[in-house]
Amino acid sequence: MSLTTADVKRIAYLARIEIGETEAQATLDKLTGILGLIEQLQAVDTSGVEPMSHAQEVTQRLREDIVTETDQRALFQSIAPAVEDGLYLVPKVIES
Amino acid sequence: MQWEVVIGLETHVQLQTKSKIFSGASTAFGAAPNTQADAVSIALPGVLPVLNREAVRCAVKFGLAVNAEISRRSVFARKNYFYPDLPKGYQISQYEHPIIRKGSLTIQVGDTEKTIRITRAHLEEDAGKSLHEDFHGMSGIDLNRAGTPLLEIVTEPDMRSATEAVAYAKRLHELVMWIGICDGNMQEGSFRCDANVSVRPKGSDELGTRREIKNLNSFRFLQQAIEYEMRWQIETLEEGGTIEQATVLFDPDTGETRAMRSKEEANDYRYFPDPDLLPLELTYDWIEEIKASMPELPQAMEERLVREYGLPPYDAATLTSSRALADYFMATVGAFGGEPKLVSNWVMGSVAAKLNEEGKDITESPVKPDQLARLLKRITDSTISGKIAKEVFAAMWTGEGEADEIIEKRGLRQVSDAGAIEAMVDQVLATNAAMVAEYKSGKEKAFNALVGQCMKASKGKANPAQVNEILRRKLS
Repeated sequence: MSLTTADVKRIAYLARIEIGETEAQATLDKLTGILGLIEQLQAVDTSGVEPMSHAQEVTQRLREDIVTETDQRALFQSIAPAVEDGLYLVPKVIES
Repeated sequence: MQWEVVIGLETHVQLQTKSKIFSGASTAFGAAPNTQADAVSIALPGVLPVLNREAVRCAVKFGLAVNAEISRRSVFARKNYFYPDLPKGYQISQYEHPIIRKGSLTIQVGDTEKTIRITRAHLEEDAGKSLHEDFHGMSGIDLNRAGTPLLEIVTEPDMRSATEAVAYAKRLHELVMWIGICDGNMQEGSFRCDANVSVRPKGSDELGTRREIKNLNSFRFLQQAIEYEMRWQIETLEEGGTIEQATVLFDPDTGETRAMRSKEEANDYRYFPDPDLLPLELTYDWIEEIKASMPELPQAMEERLVREYGLPPYDAATLTSSRALADYFMATVGAFGGEPKLVSNWVMGSVAAKLNEEGKDITESPVKPDQLARLLKRITDSTISGKIAKEVFAAMWTGEGEADEIIEKRGLRQVSDAGAIEAMVDQVLATNAAMVAEYKSGKEKAFNALVGQCMKASKGKANPAQVNEILRRKLS
């Protein structure tokens, strides 16, 4: 599978990373290298092996349904760039 | 051309847990903004999700209730997209390996039963809320809702009309409340539907291109949105246009749907297993334990009410429309020790009417099942007539006391003293000579009028059977 700079720009857009033309080219080279490694991995015959969802053979532990957290709004909002009426303020986003 | 509409629903059911799906913050509705947004909810660096056992239990209960496959192993995945009310930049959901697969729900439309297949149901976290009112040209974000546990229930495209879609949504709504996994509050967003709608020429096996109507939070909007969308798609196709896959919003003010984002800028969610969460494994024992804790399901109960109690199907369906109503009915029958049809008539009649009038829920009924049962006993033992019982019931409703107290205090006891009734009948016959004459000339109707006069003379307290008998005897 070979990537193009258009793919790189799309991935960057999806991750909301601003990327210039030269940077896109450099990233393309790096990503192509990584994909080469993945191709090598894919050459291994894994038929009959169940895909792992996690690197460790352990399963999820569950938490009891109890409220343990207290209100720390003031503390959390002390590092927020803009707040008002208890809300975090962000640049206007509305899909139209 | 004849068109056919094809509908599939995705329903987000907010699970009734005290704390969030991946953290110990409260899920209570209506708190001041961000006071229930803990470090996990606002996605501070370094925090890790820990799965809430109760959310998993709710999902299993649902799976059991719709006869689905419960996955012994399921996996959480990251659904990546950017929106400020999703501070992590991804939503934790389930993708390839959902906890529930292949269930079904039977709906009733008119006289026909139809089975709607449920493709899957998966656990996920809710996002926060964006407020777009003017904050100096900015948007306000409240993350209290972020991390609230949801079960997303997805059907196959099995519905063929807005009415069927609404019937399914209502049945699902009843069921999730019945099994106690959701409070069902649609205004507060506890139960919201997305409808996938497409049209195709009738008889065709191929599916048309679908548009997804997002976030319908009332059954009425669901109906209106689908009907509008259907008409719009048919018109578009008949005018030679094509349908493009899109996400649309329904505007309740105009009753129209409009595209929110079209396919060309469609999101690529880049799902992958969340490395912060391990695969969720369910033990056979736990599933069995949950199964044993399940209440009788509404459909099973409905059938039982017809089969064992001899109730008409309409009564059985109405009484099992909510667990609280069914509980009330069963408790009354239990306290009475029988007479299910009489109890049903009262619960669906006088009790329902009063509740309706006052906008109350059955759990708020001031007349409790045992009190109602004691009142109904007084009908069956002929202390009072059914008509008087209504008067007693109204007094009980306003808190005048128990049935027996009210009957005594108001002197409502039915008169069964033959001598007293006879005297009254004589009185009525003497003052209604015209009616007597009519009856004697063969008009049976006049007889009923005379009974009516007697009942009136006794202020409804005379035993009607006795009045009938004595009157017959006197007139023969």
